[in-house]
Amino acid sequence: MSIFEYNGSALVAMVGKNCFAIASDRRLGVQLQTIATDFQRIYQIHDRLFIGISGLATDAQTLYQRLVFRHKLYELREERDMKPETFASLVSALLYEKRFGPYFCQPVIAGLGDDDKPFICTMDAIGAKELAKDFVVAGSASESLYGACEAMFKPDMEPEELFETVSQALQASVDRDCLSGWGGHVYVVTPTEVKERILKGRMD
Amino acid sequence: MLAKKGVGLPSFLKTGTTIVGLIFQDGVILGADTRATEGPIVADKNCEKIHYMAPNIYCCGAGTAADTEAVTDMVSSQLQLHRYHTGRESRVVTALTLLKKHLFSYQGHVSAALVLGGVDITGPHLHTIYPHGSTDTLPFATMGSGSLAAMAMFESNYKEGLTRDEGIKLVVDAICSGIFNDLGSGSNVDVCVITKGHKEYLRNHLLPNPRTFVSSKGYTFTKKTEVLSTKIIPLKERVEVTERGDAMEE
Repeated sequence: MSIFEYNGSALVAMVGKNCFAIASDRRLGVQLQTIATDFQRIYQIHDRLFIGISGLATDAQTLYQRLVFRHKLYELREERDMKPETFASLVSALLYEKRFGPYFCQPVIAGLGDDDKPFICTMDAIGAKELAKDFVVAGSASESLYGACEAMFKPDMEPEELFETVSQALQASVDRDCLSGWGGHVYVVTPTEVKERILKGRMD
Repeated sequence: MLAKKGVGLPSFLKTGTTIVGLIFQDGVILGADTRATEGPIVADKNCEKIHYMAPNIYCCGAGTAADTEAVTDMVSSQLQLHRYHTGRESRVVTALTLLKKHLFSYQGHVSAALVLGGVDITGPHLHTIYPHGSTDTLPFATMGSGSLAAMAMFESNYKEGLTRDEGIKLVVDAICSGIFNDLGSGSNVDVCVITKGHKEYLRNHLLPNPRTFVSSKGYTFTKKTEVLSTKIIPLKERVEVTERGDAMEE
């Protein structure tokens, strides 16, 4: 089994009309043994910028701590929030630093930029950025997520429809992956508010 | 050692790729497909593989995506600094040397296979660079998993002194041959035409694989997902800071 699938995870981000959604499952496991069912995989960097980190949980948390550190330094020096594009480059640089002994995680970044333009992107473990206009996925359920999103996504959705689409795609995918599931965490971010919802899912 | 214990090395994002370049009448044309793969999965259907090196030099990348991106970014910044220092246009050989030095020092572990093209004071140049650091200087070149399919087109149709339109046509044919005959390559065709003092980046020059199967109404859901809890966090209004001219004055 790949080290990326040791803890199990499912992550997805989607773009709507002037908004975006980022969602994950809530399971933390060690191979087939479930350890926690309320695990946080998505982190908030500032009001309108989120990062979800799939893969090995220990590396994910270490990486998150380093990102918070770098983001705080940036805030102090620049006195403004980081643009999502800038943050993506920062993550990419931190990952490529460890080219020959990487963090075993695959991040998903989603944020609202200036003039409320949504930005989503994902990366592999060594920081190869993959920018997308529609949706990005990561984690041990990524294969099924690709399929679900490819079928369910449509452009320019309003926040409520976007939430429904992301949730359905996530639920459908994690039910076909043993290593992820136990409900979901969904953030829908619009220019005026952040809506955080916890989903009920199968408990097997 | 870890591999023996069953900890398989992670699979990275690769660009199982078709990239090509050729020299024509008054410059260089580069071409690339736009598929990025992770094992057998198509990770990105429309990625960019023609990287900027200098205003007069571009570089196509195949191999591990992070490596091609990192190595071209690094060298392009070195070239920019060199231009600030000398005040002259960068030369293709300079880029070539910087790239091969880096790749050679990593003994092939930085897996970037490149097609480097540009026009400088000494004329048009086209090179291929292998991950181990060896280089070739050629009138037409192909790289990546679709290199054989693309080279077939070049070998049968290339001649010296092609016009711009003939050149673009041949590059597009070569990339299409990779897209349709090599499984690692796919989606669209990117082209970059570099001539003396001018360049033209034709992103998605040709889209031979449009999506036809998706319904115009999309997918709708009859049953809603079950939500356990909802938390709404209103965002603060962003303040506009208007700068006055003498803000820093006493």
